Amino acid sequence: MVIFGVALLAFCMLLGVYFGDLLGIVMGVDANIGGVGISMVFLVLIVDYLKRNKKITQKSEDGMAFWGAMYIPIVIAMSAQQNVVGAISGGPMAITAGVLAVAASFALVPVITKIGQQKDEEYVTKKIFK
Amino acid sequence: MIDSLQSILAENGLITAFAVVGITMYLSYFLSDKLTKGRLHGSAIAILLGLLLAYIGGVVTGGESGLADIQIFSGIGLMGGAMLRDLAIVATAFGASIEEIKKAGFSGIVALFAGIVVSFLIGVVIALLFGYTDPVEITTIGGGAATYIVGPVVGTALGASSEVIALSIAAGLVKSILVMIATPFFAKLIGLDNPRSAMVFGGLMGTTSGVAGGLAATDPKLVPYGAMTATFYTGLGCLIVPSFLYFLVRTFAG
Repeated sequence: MVIFGVALLAFCMLLGVYFGDLLGIVMGVDANIGGVGISMVFLVLIVDYLKRNKKITQKSEDGMAFWGAMYIPIVIAMSAQQNVVGAISGGPMAITAGVLAVAASFALVPVITKIGQQKDEEYVTKKIFK
Repeated sequence: MIDSLQSILAENGLITAFAVVGITMYLSYFLSDKLTKGRLHGSAIAILLGLLLAYIGGVVTGGESGLADIQIFSGIGLMGGAMLRDLAIVATAFGASIEEIKKAGFSGIVALFAGIVVSFLIGVVIALLFGYTDPVEITTIGGGAATYIVGPVVGTALGASSEVIALSIAAGLVKSILVMIATPFFAKLIGLDNPRSAMVFGGLMGTTSGVAGGLAATDPKLVPYGAMTATFYTGLGCLIVPSFLYFLVRTFAG
């Protein structure tokens, strides 16, 4: 049933966000650390397990796929409620800091992607030469 | 007659939001097809239109939630709020590959730390250039350059003035909105076309809404990878900015 998929999704999210909160408390921070990311890991692992054991029906998958497909519309609704006026009226300092932070982070994407790849290649070569 | 229409739209807020977003997307994909021959992705145009509507909403009402502050569009606030946004982000993981996540996991972690430190340092330098000297204020603005949540969390923890906290939120908002707008244009240049670079991207940018919007407008298949790392950023930022990075600032500026 479709609701099984939706419920599984809901369960993963609640559990992940709860873990993220606990992680925040353990670290002594008043913030959720990676709750959504942890939820995603749960979902990937559980769906993988269910699929391998053929315990998930197409209908249940449809329930999850629906919310995945609603992602872009939801993001558009999200953009429509951003505080755009607040961002622009923050003045030159806020705008400069924001713009430069984005520029530097963009520039780092290829650099860090490469670092990881080299590690992987070394790892592979090590494995081959063992 | 208009009154009754208004009250129906307002009472069924979420349904109104579905209809409004549907119309916006139809218009955006139409424009993408006719005006740019598909070069600028329909969802990128839709996000730009969304931000434009948010601007109009903000000017008309003077509120902080864009279009959602206009009563008949209040459902936009529920549809695009953190609860459904996070559910939809988690749902995108349904199509993600465990292998890719494992392979790029290390790069993602490196990207998280590099992203927080680099954005923070840029915020600090800009704050110094604009004449701020108090370590608490500098750190708060640096936190804002990370995300608009890190800024106020740090500012509140360290006891910064509300004026500085507002500035830090503004810096984070600029970052988040710019990531939404600029990502599709720079995606090719920075090699953002595979799960690994998407995880690095999420870790470096950190703004969940920026990454969510930017990747949706670039290639929806990359969303789960970017979102997964991005959601660790704010928490990690709240952890290291008011502690380690604050002490660093105090040592040099205090």
